[in-house]
Amino acid sequence: MAVAQSMTEATDDRIAALSMPEGGWSQAARRGALARLQDMGLPKRRDEYWKFTRPDTLNTVAVPEAAIFEHDEAPVFGEVDRLKVVFVDGVFDADASDDLSLEGIEIDRLAAVAKADIHWAKELYGTLETAGQSPVARPHAALNTAFAEDGVLIRVTGTPSKPVSLIYHHRDTTSDAILHHVVRVESGASLTVLENGPAAARFNKVMEVDVADGGIFHHVRAQGRDHERRAVTHIFARLGTESVFKTFTLTVNGQLTRNECVVELTGDDAVAHVAGACVGDGDFHHDDTVFITHDAVNCESRQVFKKVLRNGATGVFQGKILVREGAQKTDGYQISQSLLLDEDSQFLAKPELEIYADDVACSHGSTSGAIDEDALFYLRSRGVPEGPATDLLTLAFLAEAVDEIEDEAISEELVNRLRGWLDRRRS
Amino acid sequence: MLEIKNLHVKLEEEDKVILKGVNLTVEAGKVHAIMGPNGSGKSTLSYVLSGRDGYEVTDGSAHLGDIDLLEIEPEERAAAGLFLAFQYPVEIPGVGNMTFLRTAVNAQRKARGEEEMSAAEFLKVIRARAKDLKIDAEMLKRPVNVGFSGGEKKRNEILQMAMLEPKMCILDETDSGLDVDAMKLVSEGVNALRSEGRGFLVITHYQRLLDHIKPDVVHIMADGRIVKTGGPELALEVETNGYADILSEVA
Repeated sequence: MAVAQSMTEATDDRIAALSMPEGGWSQAARRGALARLQDMGLPKRRDEYWKFTRPDTLNTVAVPEAAIFEHDEAPVFGEVDRLKVVFVDGVFDADASDDLSLEGIEIDRLAAVAKADIHWAKELYGTLETAGQSPVARPHAALNTAFAEDGVLIRVTGTPSKPVSLIYHHRDTTSDAILHHVVRVESGASLTVLENGPAAARFNKVMEVDVADGGIFHHVRAQGRDHERRAVTHIFARLGTESVFKTFTLTVNGQLTRNECVVELTGDDAVAHVAGACVGDGDFHHDDTVFITHDAVNCESRQVFKKVLRNGATGVFQGKILVREGAQKTDGYQISQSLLLDEDSQFLAKPELEIYADDVACSHGSTSGAIDEDALFYLRSRGVPEGPATDLLTLAFLAEAVDEIEDEAISEELVNRLRGWLDRRRS
Repeated sequence: MLEIKNLHVKLEEEDKVILKGVNLTVEAGKVHAIMGPNGSGKSTLSYVLSGRDGYEVTDGSAHLGDIDLLEIEPEERAAAGLFLAFQYPVEIPGVGNMTFLRTAVNAQRKARGEEEMSAAEFLKVIRARAKDLKIDAEMLKRPVNVGFSGGEKKRNEILQMAMLEPKMCILDETDSGLDVDAMKLVSEGVNALRSEGRGFLVITHYQRLLDHIKPDVVHIMADGRIVKTGGPELALEVETNGYADILSEVA
């Protein structure tokens, strides 16, 4: 019991080192989350759900130092007309941000409105996170709800003319940022949220997304290229009838990234797409953990994850499709693939299906492989040298995931960026 | 143009000798055909010349002009002007045909110290060449060879050849998997590329391709060697009598 004892102490120590922001309407949700966290404790190495990813550095009171990554390239999404909301090490930067008003949408900051007595987000803050704690505990998400310092609260009532772009800068080598966003897409409304940047030395982020009937939510995220960053992020989504939810994440570098996405399709004919592409080199550990619950009729879910790993990098995929009783005509698809560029790298995958309805079509597949030698020779025989030919094939592999992004301009930008990074790595 | 001398090749992984002293010279402006039964080493010869892994040259040489092919990488052989039209063109999901071709053309130009082709110029040239081969815009956009029929794949090989303008073209069983119409189209594509400065080595089982691409010289290959060399009439002899007669004659 010594280990369990020390884990409880670790959880207590972490809680003791954090302070719960004061805040009117969010207080009850925060206290509830704290109680949940105390009850479940921070993740342990022995936990089945953390079998492939060491939670230690996400748990500790002290934040492992992360050097600031300097680069000279243009910011991601720089060409996109967007409403910018900027956080530096988790602190809102008003000067760098745009005015938060836009037609068809209400944007507030969690820190700014928490003290008010009532807010539409009161019904939602921590609600989807709470629901997402079952059947699998997600302690860092509870910690986030309890202690989040800031975040944006977005209510979408129409179709805003541009996406909301959350930009996260990292300037302090030991920053420990906790942000919690809440998005409510009202019936028939639609929104795209972009996220980019490394955020902090250690970043814990939760985004709760509630999409009402007929609502559309698109999310594209590019996690920063900081080599030493650590991040644990959660997306909790609840989908109403005929709603659409699509999320894509591009990750390049990062010592430790755990991205969890928990989606519940609660209305008939809803669609959920969760996709990601990552490129890991050397001291890199990337974990995509996805849990999709079908709880309504005739819904579609699709998971597409691609990882390119080299020089001892590790990729993890844990993806589950749970089809509840009565969720007939479910169409569930899941694919996770890795391209291992050497023998030191590894991909650990745990695809799961759990189905309690009898009229469903669900499939999953997972592969790991090296560069296709025949394709490589074909390219070389046409005059393309080995390095660029390998890059071309690598990019083609990743592009299948990037193609999941509906907005072609954005997917093209991400592919171009990947091309640039692969180019530079070689030179 | 292409000069192969006493070429001996074995498989790298196993102790199996495939080529046992091939001697062959293809002059500029000429079309040579190699015919031979299965397992005679025809395809191995094309792979060894283009630089595929898995083969070990134990003796002999292969030169393109004064370039020692066996000493350089596959991409360098391509830039030097060697082109292999594959028997089984490889499918490359995720890489658009057009991107692939442009990358290849410019990689070769770069390797030769020439200026890269601009997007506009490339587009103009490829459209014209594709049209001759009845390759539509859709096929240019699709990933390389993915979902292409047998005929489309072979036409795509010839399109690559037309775009890369090699000095020495090796066609490895280009007629396999083609119906009569497709064979005609592919052959026309090849014939359009015949020129004084360009040599061809056409590898085939059957005479019928040689009805369309008329060879200057025909070689018969068996058990890793060229066993007989003659004019176009040699191909007809094979067609009529099969390989058995020739092989027993030279044995």
